[in-house]
Amino acid sequence: MSAELRQLYQEVLIDHAKRPRNFREQGAGAVTVEGYNPLCGDRIRLYVSRDDGQLRDLSFTGSGCAISTASASMMTEALKGKTAAEAEALAERFHRLVTAAVDAAVDEEGLGKLAIFAGVREFPVRVKCATLAWHSLRSALHGDAAVVSTE
Amino acid sequence: MATRAMDRALAYDVERVRRDFPVLSRTAHGKPLVYLDNAATSQKPRVVIDAIRDYYERYNSNVHRGVHTLSEEATQAFEAARAKARAFVNAERAEEIVFVRGTTEAINLVAATHGRTRVHAGDEVVISAMEHHSNIVPWQMLCDEKSARLRVIPMNDRGELDLVAYEKLLGPRTKIVALAYVANSIGTINPLREMARAAHAHGATVVVDAAQAAPHLAIDVRALDADFLALSSHKMYGPMGIGILYGKYALLDAMPPYQGGGDMILSVTFEKTTYNHVPHKFEAGTPNVADAIGFGAAIDYVTGLGLEAIAAYEHELLEYGTQALSAIPGLRLVGTARDKATILSFLVDGIHPHDLGTILDREGIAVRTGHHCAQPVMDRFGVPATARASLGLYNTKAEIDALAAGIRRAVEVFR
Repeated sequence: MSAELRQLYQEVLIDHAKRPRNFREQGAGAVTVEGYNPLCGDRIRLYVSRDDGQLRDLSFTGSGCAISTASASMMTEALKGKTAAEAEALAERFHRLVTAAVDAAVDEEGLGKLAIFAGVREFPVRVKCATLAWHSLRSALHGDAAVVSTE
Repeated sequence: MATRAMDRALAYDVERVRRDFPVLSRTAHGKPLVYLDNAATSQKPRVVIDAIRDYYERYNSNVHRGVHTLSEEATQAFEAARAKARAFVNAERAEEIVFVRGTTEAINLVAATHGRTRVHAGDEVVISAMEHHSNIVPWQMLCDEKSARLRVIPMNDRGELDLVAYEKLLGPRTKIVALAYVANSIGTINPLREMARAAHAHGATVVVDAAQAAPHLAIDVRALDADFLALSSHKMYGPMGIGILYGKYALLDAMPPYQGGGDMILSVTFEKTTYNHVPHKFEAGTPNVADAIGFGAAIDYVTGLGLEAIAAYEHELLEYGTQALSAIPGLRLVGTARDKATILSFLVDGIHPHDLGTILDREGIAVRTGHHCAQPVMDRFGVPATARASLGLYNTKAEIDALAAGIRRAVEVFR
């Protein structure tokens, strides 16, 4: 297998894809957003519960490829307890990480495990898979449309 | 398989055929290209590419209007392509062949003209559960506009249409029956002759989407008794942007025009326009002359190889591919109709089709992943997407082996 593939499909990504964390619904108190990637058919439903400006709980359901599932799983873990502003900032950093030029140096500070998604830069058509959950998050924070599309 | 067909398959020299397609010698990610996305679009043989270049280099000109040499040559080549298309689908007259952009435009043309005059409130249009979106949406739009009803023929778990249910759907309200000849997502070949007969018994018009049939089967509109039949050049080794609508002459003649403009008129005053004859009535504006000529070259190419020989060879590939894929633990084929074209849709346990597609791509193997513009088919089988390997006349058993090996490697990654 090529080095790029190994870089993308790292153990941690496959682990999250096979055993997604926070893969569950939430009750009426949570903000719910549908994220849809019409190109691939990936579909997630993101649940965000807020408490005094903090993201108290995040979870998701749906079906998608390994990249979109792992991305959603790792996002929900990374954002728990963060403020909306912190979450926005991380979303921005994540977006820069996956859309930067392949050979560009990327500031991985604060990204933690999420830095593995740098591997998706080698696969431009898969960037949307990685960003689906994050698009949905932004929409949940802004109270935008109930269905977010990557197209 | 008949012995004669077997002999032809044996005589079929795929290595020679491959040399006719320049793109097949390239690599992808450092590996020899294994192109298995033919149902999306096929590659083009050199003769097609040459025909288009030749047109632009030697006689590019507008058709049906100039008196000069180039225009006459272009018009002759354009109409010669129409004659080739006539022979290809065994239509009675060349006037029954309308040049369009492709299958989608052809179906929209029928829905917007014949459909609008034929279908009224309370009427029904029948399609099948395995249609491509292009043979669903135009009819949905028509039904919405006319307060008509869209009925859907169900299919079984193998991906075969339920013909008993079909007969029950037909009735005095049925005005149009629109069917795929070959299903793009799962490869089923539908028994169109029988189905057309049943539709005609109720006075319905039969519209055939032959986009996926054209590269695999010998099409005979008269044997099928199709009222309309649509196909795209680019799925059958010709250029993109051109296709044909076949229509029975009397139907085409009675239909109102589709688009207004130049070439579709006999005379225009501000008070009244007299429309041109069939097929020009439906060919408003400057047509895609170069690609029509390229399409003609593609027809010559496939008929030169012989559609029977192609079908026999592809049947061998289908059997080999079905076995090779079925032998992979955790792989499930979606669509296992008894009568099938070389389209293998499948799922592998624990691997999403998109991840599989990415991994195969790095092996130089091109497959399609997703819903294949047939979301209702995915819903019917309860899957969000599949991976699809669709084979054509230049694919080989060695390429199927490469695909199987690639899938096994992907299984390792996700183990």
